[in-house]
Amino acid sequence: MVNALFFILAGLAIASAISCVYHKNPLYSAISLIGVFLSLASIYLTLAAPFIAVVQILVYAGAIMVLVVFVIMLLNLDEDKPITRLRYLFPIGGALGLVLLAQTMFIFYAVTKAPQPASDAGLEVGKTMSIGTAMYTEYLLPVEIVGVLLLMAIVGAMIMSRRMREPKIELVKKAEAEEA
Amino acid sequence: MESFLKTAFPFIAISIGIGVAFGVVMMIVAYTVLAERKILGWIQGRIGPNRVGPWGLFQPFADLFKFIFKEDLVPDKSTKFIYYLAPLVALTCALMPMIVYPFGPPINVDLAAWLPYGLGEGFTQIPLTIANLDVAVLFVLSITSVGVYGIALAGWSSNSKYSLMGGLRSSAQMISYELAMGASVIGVVMLAGTLSLTGIIDAQIHAPWWARWYIVPQFIGFCVFLIAAFAETNRVPFDLPEAETELVAGFHTEYSALKFALFFMAEYVNMFTVSVMCVTLFLGGWYIPGLDYLARQTDLVWLFGVGTVGYALISHLGFLLKIFVFLFIYIWIRGTLPRFRFDQLMNFGWKFLLPVALGNVILTVILVFLLNR
Repeated sequence: MVNALFFILAGLAIASAISCVYHKNPLYSAISLIGVFLSLASIYLTLAAPFIAVVQILVYAGAIMVLVVFVIMLLNLDEDKPITRLRYLFPIGGALGLVLLAQTMFIFYAVTKAPQPASDAGLEVGKTMSIGTAMYTEYLLPVEIVGVLLLMAIVGAMIMSRRMREPKIELVKKAEAEEA
Repeated sequence: MESFLKTAFPFIAISIGIGVAFGVVMMIVAYTVLAERKILGWIQGRIGPNRVGPWGLFQPFADLFKFIFKEDLVPDKSTKFIYYLAPLVALTCALMPMIVYPFGPPINVDLAAWLPYGLGEGFTQIPLTIANLDVAVLFVLSITSVGVYGIALAGWSSNSKYSLMGGLRSSAQMISYELAMGASVIGVVMLAGTLSLTGIIDAQIHAPWWARWYIVPQFIGFCVFLIAAFAETNRVPFDLPEAETELVAGFHTEYSALKFALFFMAEYVNMFTVSVMCVTLFLGGWYIPGLDYLARQTDLVWLFGVGTVGYALISHLGFLLKIFVFLFIYIWIRGTLPRFRFDQLMNFGWKFLLPVALGNVILTVILVFLLNR
């Protein structure tokens, strides 16, 4: 049953990923990407990791993609832009795809070779409590570093948006003074 | 046959549960619409709908049939696929939180004695919630945040300036107020020490007497949550996305017939969801203080002691009553308050509500520290 669910959800994820890459209309691509995130979240749920699943929806599908959709809606991009300019990227893409395939094969190989963990040890892993405990004891330093980085990003964004605005106001004032 | 039944039993049971919950919620939503029209009528010195059935009681069904049989207009230049997708997204995301609603306390029944083929083996309780998710609070918040797409995409795909403005306004508003909403919930989660809705109700039952309902230690959080909830559901005084004096009807200007009805239902289901969250987080959910004490005092434990059908029924009715109070407050405020201006709305959300919610988090940290010392 769980296997069947996995194949349905994985198929959905792959189908959405393909449609995300192949659609010419950026909004359709964005919606497909949301589909990828949602099916991934469902797979996490079947793997008994509800916290990761919900955070996946909350952060990626709920917050980041909303901004992406927002920008696409406001820009109203053309649907059929010529892609001839990007021709030379095709061989690079093919090579990278091969590398990815090799990596996947290696992971398959490593997983089948690795010793199987005891079945009941993993029951608590996906729960909020265990994740929180791990984050604030074992992985405290990375968490703090990420926190500081995010704060820097926020402050940086504020400064950038402010600097953009001030000269404009001065220009307007100058123009008003000249008019008067 | 027997083994098949045994495998299929959990799915059948859960499907029945979902069906019942869906029916009940949709009925309540339908009658919320009628109640809104009636109460608004009374507030404004009118009678309200009273033609269909006694006191207009069949009005919701008349409206539904009207929506089904109306002509379904689709704008010629719209992006068809997204135009059809948007109402579905809106209603689906509105309905999905239903699976974690704590409708009532669990009923203790020895199911093995009641069901044939040993189907009930190992089940000694009927939980009155469909899925007791470990992260229910986050689940509800995340599904509501996905619901933004319904409105934003509806606005964009209709290819009309009023729709687009409504959609943009609504997305901006919902993203802004989600933060305040999430921050106001943190206090409750810290006090309860769990993200599960059932767990939060349990924590409130076992709290010291002055904190039986978290509205007392979390009054600031409650106020922030309530205000953010009004904004999240696009209700007056935050109904900028559909401000009819500026935007005709906002994001659903170009929608007609049943597709409009889906948006309409989504709005009211969202109201219900937010009321459920409010009741569960701040008013003890289905818990009625003193009910089990009363049962023990009057020797009626067999009738409504903890774990009996009577207890579950009374608690469930109490739960619904609390929700109706919130739904009434929604309607009441719609009848009383004028609409915000958009910059006021943004300033209020970012410069007042969010700092207050964060301050509440800090206060709660101190409170939890003092309690656990």
